[in-house]
Amino acid sequence: MKEYKLENSANYMLLEIPAQSENESFVRVVVAAFAARLDPTLEEINELKTAVSEAVTNGILHAYDYGKGVIRIFVSVDNQHLSVEVHDFGKGIADIARAREPLYTEKPELERSGMGFTIMENFMDDLLVESKPGQGTVVKMLKIFGKTAEINH
Amino acid sequence: MQVQLIRRKKNLIVRLKGELDHHTADIFRHSVEKELKKKGNQNLIINVTGLTFMDSSGIGVILGRYKQVKDKGGQVAICGLDKHHQRILQLGGLLNIIPVFGNESQALINLK
Ligand SMILES: Nc1ncnc2c1ncn2[C@@H]1O[C@H](COP(=O)(O)OP(=O)(O)OP(=O)(O)O)[C@@H](O)[C@H]1O
Ligand SMILES: [Mg+2]
Repeated sequence: MKEYKLENSANYMLLEIPAQSENESFVRVVVAAFAARLDPTLEEINELKTAVSEAVTNGILHAYDYGKGVIRIFVSVDNQHLSVEVHDFGKGIADIARAREPLYTEKPELERSGMGFTIMENFMDDLLVESKPGQGTVVKMLKIFGKTAEINH
Repeated sequence: MQVQLIRRKKNLIVRLKGELDHHTADIFRHSVEKELKKKGNQNLIINVTGLTFMDSSGIGVILGRYKQVKDKGGQVAICGLDKHHQRILQLGGLLNIIPVFGNESQALINLK
């Protein structure tokens, strides 16, 4: 789960933060800044920031259950394709299909809505979740920039 | 995120400014919760014009306040939604239960 396949990436960045909620905003801004080279529309940037926020927040909120841990964010770019991987090394997800269902949340008492994965799916072009209970979770997302421009052309 | 609370008779207006995420949702939750406990039957108008970011944390915290207000017989309205934030609340099903208005005065006129 720690393979980033760096040799295949035209360009990339790797970021590690402790799993603390105050870092959520920072990560969104960094990933958005990295994506600036793709000449994104405001809508694309908003979608990217929200999806990244969902994945990072899940790592902070669910993976370590308030214990200590790190989140690693790997972003790579290849032409108009931006790939974002969010890794944690926490408790993992036993039933990924159930976790991805809209409205499923294990923390309703914290006013979570269970919409994180649904938002990632809607705002990105592809979403892959890999997890091993006790070892951690990787969320891989792909976003293709400039799609609407191509269609209009 | 900054939270500004304004009273208009039985209506509580809350203006949100900045980023609404997991880290900041509690600021919104606590300040509104505290204010709603002060009086009985009242409405809540959530003005999101000043929001520069929102994720699923917004769905959860708005739904939580909706339940709180509803339990006491009040109504909730949202105003100042942009397209992106509207999509997020729509996905969460909130726009089926909470009316959206262009601005605060339109919300005030429409709430009983
Ligand atoms: N990194 C993770 N580690 C462990 N469990 C996770 C992780 N990410 C998600 N989950 C599990 O998947 C469930 C669904 O996640 P999702 O993001 O869709 O909703 P949520 O986080 O519960 O609520 P919301 O994102 O709407 O605030 C979570 O409640 C949790 O049980
Ligand atoms: Mg989530």
